[in-house]
Amino acid sequence: MTTPGPTNGPSTRPGPATAAGPGVDSSSLLSLRGISKHFGAVEALKHVDLDVPAGQVTALIGDNGAGKSTLIKAIAGIYEPSGGEIFWEGRKVSIHTPRAAEELGIATVYQDLALCDNLDIVENMFLGHEKTRTGVLDEIAMELRTKEVLADLSVSTVSSVRQLVGSLSGGQRQAIAVARAVMHESKLVIMDEPTAALGVSQTAQVLDLIKRLAARGIAVIVISHNLTDVFAVADRIAVMYLGNLVSSGPVANYDPASAVDLITTGESSRTAA
Amino acid sequence: MSDAGSTPAATSDGRTSAMGQFRRLRQGDLGLVPVLIGLLVLVIYFQVRNTVFLSAGNLTNLFIQATIFILLAMAETWLLLLGEIDLSVGYVSALGATFAVILLDQQFHWPWYAAILVAIATTTAIGTLQGFLIIKLRLPSFIVTLAGLLGWEGVLIFSIDRQGTGGTIPVQEKVLYDLVNANLSPLATWIFLMASIAIFCWIIIRHDQSRRSSGLDSVATWITWAKVAALIASGIVLVLIFNTNRGSFTVLHGMPYAIPVDIVMLAGASFILTRTKAGRYIYAIGGNAEAARRAGINVDRYRLLAFILTGVTAGVAGLLYASRLGGISDGVDGGNLVLLAVASAVIGGTSLFGGRGKMVNAVIGGLVIATIYNGMALIDMSAATQFIATAIVLVVAVTMDSLARRGSTVTR
Ligand SMILES: Nc1ncnc2c1ncn2[C@@H]1O[C@H](COP(=O)(O)OP(=O)(O)OP(=O)(O)O)[C@@H](O)[C@H]1O
Ligand SMILES: [Mg+2]
Repeated sequence: MTTPGPTNGPSTRPGPATAAGPGVDSSSLLSLRGISKHFGAVEALKHVDLDVPAGQVTALIGDNGAGKSTLIKAIAGIYEPSGGEIFWEGRKVSIHTPRAAEELGIATVYQDLALCDNLDIVENMFLGHEKTRTGVLDEIAMELRTKEVLADLSVSTVSSVRQLVGSLSGGQRQAIAVARAVMHESKLVIMDEPTAALGVSQTAQVLDLIKRLAARGIAVIVISHNLTDVFAVADRIAVMYLGNLVSSGPVANYDPASAVDLITTGESSRTAA
Repeated sequence: MSDAGSTPAATSDGRTSAMGQFRRLRQGDLGLVPVLIGLLVLVIYFQVRNTVFLSAGNLTNLFIQATIFILLAMAETWLLLLGEIDLSVGYVSALGATFAVILLDQQFHWPWYAAILVAIATTTAIGTLQGFLIIKLRLPSFIVTLAGLLGWEGVLIFSIDRQGTGGTIPVQEKVLYDLVNANLSPLATWIFLMASIAIFCWIIIRHDQSRRSSGLDSVATWITWAKVAALIASGIVLVLIFNTNRGSFTVLHGMPYAIPVDIVMLAGASFILTRTKAGRYIYAIGGNAEAARRAGINVDRYRLLAFILTGVTAGVAGLLYASRLGGISDGVDGGNLVLLAVASAVIGGTSLFGGRGKMVNAVIGGLVIATIYNGMALIDMSAATQFIATAIVLVVAVTMDSLARRGSTVTR
């Protein structure tokens, strides 16, 4: 059932084919080969292979506990994989820290958002990337840029960017976390259930935002339990089942019924296309 | 990107900042308002009970009493912001001062600056060591510094008793003695306080104006000038207090040297906390260490920095303490000192839960504690009553801290 291989759509990134490992598609921005992760006796990831092309939205789907969050944490430098290889633009890399992931151009919005409630929106947006002038924080520049980014993403519900993040609603917090991830020039943006806590119009806005990121040539990985959202936004789909990546390929290869089969049983007799 | 989105989302006018104020009020983040009201009530009470309270002599004395609480509370604040605590800071500061006093006496006769450097280096080294154990071995700061509370008292007693001076070493060197016991001339008092106020006003004006000129929401112009006027007025009041003759037989006036030390330490620490990345990261780690880590911040490095800064501040505190007592004895109650330091910080509004607080809170809290001790002594209340009053103030403060914390998370 696994559909490895050729990416559809224009290949925007002809990587150096020579440096690529065995079986690594050099047109992919990110390639995972045999990634596994143990938590003691729990095998959260079992030899996961995945290719993520630039300029496309890859939806990562799977049941609760399938290993989706663990997989993206391995990419983002939060967890060190127990085994396997990661290729970035065709070159083998090891991502030991969040900073290393960031330096490659990987930005992540976590399921738990990872915002500091005691800091305001501007402070959270620039956390770890503060603008300074002669060593002193440049609050004005950061505040102006924050307003610009939020306006750009049509985040219109916060009344002041100097509001403490702890006082925001779930949707507002999500919007800030997304804005934070896309503010820095990233090549890959990973979002763990970005619409889970959102109302109808904010969900539409985030999905719209995801498409716009992809249109700019950014690779996006989205985890979602909402198949409507997935089919609305994804160019590619990857399905996880009990730590295995059981299927991946262009969205045209799937329909909601086969996706549900894959999510719940790890296989599907129905295959679109 | 899309033009539709280009209307600034968070467009702002004066109203939003008023809304922000209101929101903060509702969140329970009242800033300095409650503690200042509390302080005012205490002042009025003591003044009514004994009119000596607001005399220049007593107020100057009160500021000097507050100095030790203020500096130790500032030392503690670095760690409270991380959600950590240092129980050893009282004995550590006394130990640094002990080394300075020993090196200054006849036997060694070190120059004052070298002895002061040794004192601060000692407390910094101890802070670093304890921080290193806590961070690298993942030990709880409560326990490590509790061991410090006991251990450094031992080292202190050992060091003092070895001198064979009967458990007390007097400060005989002039500079260290003068730190608390001598005063700037009235003219120098004017110059120092007015210059400090001028710098502070300049920062406020520039801050508000650059926000206004960048089109960011800011307070109304008259509020800026009101703040400036209030600062200048309080500066003048301070000068008048210090420059009033408080001697009975000889003329005694001018600001004690300890006050500029406080002001410089407060300015430096506030600068680090509010204007530098290091300060921002200390708040972030105290608020959500995992989020800070994921933002690429080297969490351990900044935690260690906080322990180091605690050590530095404790060193300065110890020197002022020794100067005030005119010596250092093996009976120093570092346990009581540290508890009052934590109480000062918390009464001032710094959270015990990490992530919330300011250096200026330590100053206000220290003044509250000093006011209680000073005022109670004036109206002849017993030590027992002083303890109980401090306890009540502390419980009120920590309750407000807890309520504020609940208020700020309830909307999540
Ligand atoms: N830090 C951890 N320690 C131990 N086990 C873990 C840890 N993190 C995840 N697991 C286990 O790994 C498995 C995969 O978890 P993961 O969070 O990746 O699932 P998920 O696909 O993101 O699920 P959900 O859709 O509910 O978010 C689960 O069995 C989980 O219990
Ligand atoms: Mg998950």
